Order: sequence, then structure tokens, then C-alpha cells
Amino acid sequence: MIDILRRITREPLGMIGLVLVVLIVISALLAGVIAPYDPIELRIVDRLQGPSAAHLLGTDQLGRDLFSRVLYGGQVALKVALISIGAALGVGVLFGMIAGFGPRWLDNIIMLFFDTIRSFPTVMFALATVALVGPSLETVIAVIVVTTIPNYGRVVRTQTLSIRSNEFIKAERAMGASMVRILGVHVLPNVIGPLMILASMDIPTVIALEAGLSFLGMGVKPPTPSWGSILNDGYTLIRNTPWPIIAGSIPLVLITLGFTFLGESLRDLIDPKLRKNI
Amino acid sequence: MLFYLIKRLALGVVIVMLAVTLLFCMIHLVPGDPARILLGPRATPELIAGMSARMGLDQPLPIQILLFFGNLFRGDLGMDVITNRPVADMVFGQLPYTLWLIFTAIGFAMVIGIPLGCYSALHRNTLIDRVTGVLSVACITVPAFVVALYSLLIFAVTLNWFPAVGAGEQGNFWDQVRHIVLPALAIGLSWIGYLARLVRASMLEVMGENHIRTARAYGLPERVVVFRYALKLAVLPTVTVIGVGMGFLLSAALFTEIVFARPGIGKLIFDSITTRNYPVVMGSVLVSTVLFVISTTLSDLVNAWLDPRIRSSL
Amino acid sequence: MNDALLTIRDLSVHYHTDRGELKAMRHVNMDVPGGSIVGVVGESGCGKSTLISSIIRLLASNAIIPCGSITFEGRDLLGLSREEMRRLRGDRISIVFQDPMSTLNPVLSIGRQMVDIQYRSSASRAHKIKRATEMLASVGISDPGSRLKQFPHEFSGGMQQRISIAMALQAEPALLIADEPTTALDATLEVQIIHLLKKLQTDIGCSILFISHHLGVIAELCDYVVVMYAGEVVEEGTTREVFHNPAHPYTERLLRCDPASIATKTRSLPTIPGEIPDLVTLPQGCIFKNRCEHVMTQCEHLVPAWIESHSGHFVSCHLAAKPGND
Repeated sequence: MIDILRRITREPLGMIGLVLVVLIVISALLAGVIAPYDPIELRIVDRLQGPSAAHLLGTDQLGRDLFSRVLYGGQVALKVALISIGAALGVGVLFGMIAGFGPRWLDNIIMLFFDTIRSFPTVMFALATVALVGPSLETVIAVIVVTTIPNYGRVVRTQTLSIRSNEFIKAERAMGASMVRILGVHVLPNVIGPLMILASMDIPTVIALEAGLSFLGMGVKPPTPSWGSILNDGYTLIRNTPWPIIAGSIPLVLITLGFTFLGESLRDLIDPKLRKNI
Repeated sequence: MLFYLIKRLALGVVIVMLAVTLLFCMIHLVPGDPARILLGPRATPELIAGMSARMGLDQPLPIQILLFFGNLFRGDLGMDVITNRPVADMVFGQLPYTLWLIFTAIGFAMVIGIPLGCYSALHRNTLIDRVTGVLSVACITVPAFVVALYSLLIFAVTLNWFPAVGAGEQGNFWDQVRHIVLPALAIGLSWIGYLARLVRASMLEVMGENHIRTARAYGLPERVVVFRYALKLAVLPTVTVIGVGMGFLLSAALFTEIVFARPGIGKLIFDSITTRNYPVVMGSVLVSTVLFVISTTLSDLVNAWLDPRIRSSL
Repeated sequence: MNDALLTIRDLSVHYHTDRGELKAMRHVNMDVPGGSIVGVVGESGCGKSTLISSIIRLLASNAIIPCGSITFEGRDLLGLSREEMRRLRGDRISIVFQDPMSTLNPVLSIGRQMVDIQYRSSASRAHKIKRATEMLASVGISDPGSRLKQFPHEFSGGMQQRISIAMALQAEPALLIADEPTTALDATLEVQIIHLLKKLQTDIGCSILFISHHLGVIAELCDYVVVMYAGEVVEEGTTREVFHNPAHPYTERLLRCDPASIATKTRSLPTIPGEIPDLVTLPQGCIFKNRCEHVMTQCEHLVPAWIESHSGHFVSCHLAAKPGND
């Protein structure tokens, strides 16, 4: 682990990625300490200000400090990313193993389910669900989980299938080893590396999706700050001030770049074979 | 060949039907009566019942689905419950805007991305290659709506080079061109990076193949080797990726159409979803799924046209 | 030998690798007389491919040539500019590669490729197509006119190799390099291709540098043979001399390993025990010492000299240097 970290810091892009990610994660976690203002506190007197010593990134139409909102918005982005990718990983591993080790008909059904999800434009699916269920952070997370499960499920299924046909697995099963044991001892350790790489490369996509849905007003409910909702404010105020757009986009762009650079150098270090299926 | 096309289209019909059925089930499963939500809290029960009937929601679910496909077969996508216009008219009225936007964006991405990828592959590990590599990743990761916001902010609002809103005057070609530049840039930017990376990788692979060594061993000039012998093979994966990428393109178009207040199928879906105008949602999702099916089939056909090996296996 | 078409003197090729300099080919001397067929034989990894690539100057980008010269038709190929070299390729020097199924461009028709390589000629397109048709006919492809429109995957492996030969000989080169042209083909096809090459060589009057690890093919086709081992030429002479009086222990073992030479029924094919030495850190003394049956004390430290054991028959082995021993 430490060795991998050391090797990443030797690559310029990996190093940049690591620094960006660590910086943004820390500032989001410490938002309560760093943020100079309450992110939802209204100060109409201070509305639509440009950057100043008091307001590093200016204020929005309700006089809220954009720098503080951006910091708290980072919490939302990271929360969505971690919860949804964690849940998708868990469910994906489960379904992948079932598909790989279960009977043929079950495998076919699961694969059909995966393929159908993948052929749908994610944003359309997200919009339809949000419109039906109503906008909330939970809905966004649910949509992301459903649409990313196939990414992980496929990897696990392939690995399970290849392990399944191994002679020593057949021997172990004959000797009465339980399926759970085989999956836990032989399959899981083999898929963890690729899964981690895939997950770290999915984080930027997920963060962008959350921002996009919040931008469309289908993510977090106001006044909760999210990078997407800050951008939405910026869009409505575009003829008055550029600062909300700049404030909302900088962390979004930096963190997607950071995770992508980090994910790519991780992949190149650990498993260059994965390069083909970017 | 003909058999392949028939098989492909049959599969497409199955996917479209599956998608529509799923959507019907979702509407059915969701708590709350769509008619009540559409009409608001002060609507009378008679009004709600009438609206339900107009949306076809008073029938049992299987009948609703059968009715939908029955009508579809006659080219009828239902009626918009708010404006009372045929959904088919609305969808096909908006579709050309989205198609033009997508084609312009992808054309623009190909014109820049493919040569960039080739150049990088042929000048591997030079400064330009490395810079292109990093910029490609940056282009891919920045979401389309952020690019749209910035281009709106910089080129339309601040510099006033291009118009900010709409698709341009009907029949005025030059005006429409001016209106499409920024939205196409917003969608195309990430594709420039994507195509550059893809073409670089496949070009490197092709240049290492034996037949390129043969072409060089026969003394063919390097530009012939690159442009006639390698490039055609190197762009083959691009065609597939664009065909499958229709879903991403439609998603990006949705955001872009909203940011630039541009008519199009994405904006239609968004507007009808926010007003819970179900017949319009159905119609536009149906059409975009059909679009997806057509584009993947089309990319297969283009691949077959470019690659004789695929052609003879069809 | 001043009448030689191709003369290679003291040629070395090294590759830069992560482990250090890989000395793939060292101080190679070789002649290809005009109008003759010279065979190069050796195990895989002996430097055959490096030899070919250095003659046509299509070496990998990490290769360097520390010393040596390649003289072709009186010109030093290593001194030519890239552009001059490119003009020579496919015109005066041509090549047929090993794996016919991947040699031709899969998305261009045979005719297109055969016309393309005639780009030097100022003849009309119709004339070039006619020339391509003649060449296809001469390598035994029936109905050549309509087959020109077809693509490589529509031909069998043997047919694709015939097409490659037609393409290589289309410009009537002075030297044809054949890089294991029959290895990927089955035995009957192999014989047909060999006969075809021999016939075309006589018709055109070119020389052939024929690379193979198959001794039977070399014996049937070649006038001279060059034996390579681990990047060095260990023996050279007329095919007859080398096959009947092998002077180097390696050649002798190679001949013994050839299935065609085994008279009695055995359980397994004989092989040469041991492995090719590491070419990054070369051993002292003779390169073959770790696998040689006749290894002697001087083999440990002394590199054997390149000596003429009989007239025109060269070898580098301490055994051959001893008087009264061949």
C-alpha cells in the first residue's frame, strides 16, 4: 500500500491527482472549521459581491458566502460519491458472484438486466426517476447505484467464471468446501485490485452526475449547498455576475481531474491490462 | 447482409418495447396520481378523473401498454395533455434540432480529435504528445454542462461573439450556424479528448502490425503508409464508439439545450418531466431509444463498409 | 568476394533495454553473390530477424549499430539517407515475410496494394493493373484479373504467401529477402512455395537471402548456407560442404536434430540441451561453450577466430583450428 503510494508520487500526473484529491477531501471534511460563514445564512445587504478579503469567492443573490458554500458542497459531493459507489460495489460483487457461480438461467437474467441498464442514457434514467420519485439526495444516490452496479458486476462475474473452472476449485468443492468460502478465499482477493481502480475512476463520473442533477434542480433540495446548485444559481445570474459559476466549477473540475489522474496512474501501476476497457 | 439487418432491427424493436414497458411500470409503481400532481392540489375529483382518462391512466396497466403499442403501430404517439397537440408532431418537430446539434458536435470533435490522436501516435513521447494526453483527460472529465456554462459566460455574455439563446431564425442559415457553435463546442469538447486518446491508442497498435512493416518494406512513402494503410484501420474503433456513445451524446445534448435554451428533444424531455406530462415523456423517451438503436446499427454498417472482413462475415 | 551483390562486414546491432545493452548481433560477416540463393539458419533468437531488419534498415527505434557496413550494389546502405533507403526498398531489395495472414493490409484489396507499390512507375493505371495481373498469374493464382478485387482474408494462407511473393518480385529486385516464408504453412504448401521461389529466381535472375530454421528447405533451395548462433555467424560455406562436413559442433547438432536425418526410430526428437546465453551480459570465450559437447579449456576464455577450414568454408571454433581435425 505504502509502496503503491510512493510509486504514484513519483509520476507527475499521479502526484498532481493525489494532491488535488487530498486537498479537496480535507477542505470538505474540515468545512465546519475553515468556512468563514454559515453556508445558508442570508445577508441580503452583501448580495452579488465579487471576491474580496471578506468573501474569497464573492456572494450569491441572497448574500450567501460562495467560498463557504463551495466547501460544504464538497461534503455533499463526497457523500454521494462514497455512499453510492460503496453500495454499488457491494451489490455488484454480490450479483457478479451469483451470476458467475449460480445456474445458467440466473446468469442470463442478470446479464440481461445489466445490459438493459447500460443501454439506457444515464441522465434520462436519472431524470425520469427523479421526476417520478421527487428530487432528493437519496434518489440521486439510488439512481447512481443502479446505473453503476453493472460496471462492477461484470468484472466479478468474469473472474468468478474463470475461477470456477479451475481444477483446484473443483477439488475443493468435491471435498465439501462451502461456496462462500471459495468465493471469499479465491475470488474476492483477485477482484479487489481491478474493482478499486474502476471505483476510483468512477468517482469523477458520479460527482459530475450529482452536480448535473443538482444543476437541473433534481438533486439536493435548496438551500443545501451543492456544486451543481451553485452552478444553477450562477446560470440564472449569468448576466449579473460570473462568480457563482467560477466558484461552483473550480472544485468540480479539480476533483474530477484529480480522481482521474489518480485512477489512471493507479491502473497503470497495478493492472495495465485494464487500459483497454477505459 | 439482409438477414443481419433484419435480425438487428428485430433486436432493436425488442429493446424499445422493453424500455417503454419499463417506463409504464415505473409510472404505475410510483406513489401519487400523476393527474392529481399535474393539476395541483385544488383540482376537483371530476377534473382529475377526466385528466386520468386523457392520459390513458384509468385503464389497467397491461391494457395501457397494449393501447400504446397499438397506437404506435398507427404512427400515433398520443396527445399532449396540456396543449392537446399530437406528441408525434412535437417530438418530430424538436428532433431535427437535436440531431443537427449532435452531428455538428461529433463532426467537430472528429475533425480535431482524430488528427490530434494521429499526430500524438506518430510523435510518441514528444512534448506535444504529452500535452495532448493531459489535455485529452481534462477534456473528457469536465462535464458538458460546465463547458456549456463557461462558453455561454465567456463567448456569449462577456464577449458577445455568439448569441446566447435559442436555435436561430427559421430559414436563416447563417443565424442558425451562429447559434449552434457554442452548444456544439460544449458537447464536442469531451469527445475531442476521447477521440484523440482512442485514435492515438489504435494508431499505435496498427502501426505495430505486420502489414505496416510490409508497406514500409516495399518502400511506400511514409505519408501513404500512414494515411492510406494505417489510418483507415485506426479509425474503425472510433465508429463503434460514436455509435454506442449516442446515449452520452443525448445526455450531453439535454444539458446543453437547457443551458442555451435551445429547442430539442432533450429540452422537451426535461420540460415534460418537470410538468409530469407523461405522454410527451413516453414519446420522447421512445424516440431517443429508437435513435440509440439506429445509431448502433448504423455504426455497424459503417464499420462493414470500411472493413471488408466484417462485410463478408455479415 | 568482389562480385558479391550484398556484402556484410563486421556488422553489430545492439538494443537499448531496461536491463542494459542487448547485443543481439555481433561482428557478422556475410556475402550474397549475384544470382545465388544464400540460406541463413539458426534457432529462434539467434539474430536472424535483426539481420534482415538491419539490411532493409527497418530496425526497432531502440536499436543502434555500433560498427560494420552493409554494401549493396556497391553502395553502403548504412550511409544512405532515409529517403534514399526508402527508394531502394521494394525496388532493388524486396522482402517476403514470415506470417502470410498478417502481412497484407486487411482493408485494402489485393489489386489496390499491388498497384500502390508500383508508385515509382509512370505507367498508366491500366498498365499497372495489367502488371499486377501478370504477377499473380506467374505465382500460380488462377483467374488473377477478378481476384485482384478481393481482400486478403478471402485467400488461404498459402495463397496469401503467393501474393506476397508476387508483390515482392513485381519490381524485379536484385535481392529478395525471404524471412521464413514457409514456416506458417503446412508441408505440401511449403514444397510448392519453395519450387515457386526457385523458378521465379531463375526467371528474374535475382539473388535470394533465405532465412529458415528448417534445414531440409535450406538443403533443397540454397547454394550457400550461413549458420548463426546467439547473434554470431559460426559457420559459412556452400550448402554441400556445410551439410556434408559440418565444422562447428552447433551445425553438427542442428543436423542431428533435423527429423529428416534421423534414420532409426526413436521415442523423442533429439534436441540441443541448454539455452542461448544472456545477450546483455555476454560470457567470456566461445559463445557456444555452455552447450558444446567438445568443450575444451581454451573455449572458456578465448574467442575462437574466424578461419577457413576448407576453401570457401569458414568456421569459428577452436576444434577446427587444430591441425588434422575437421
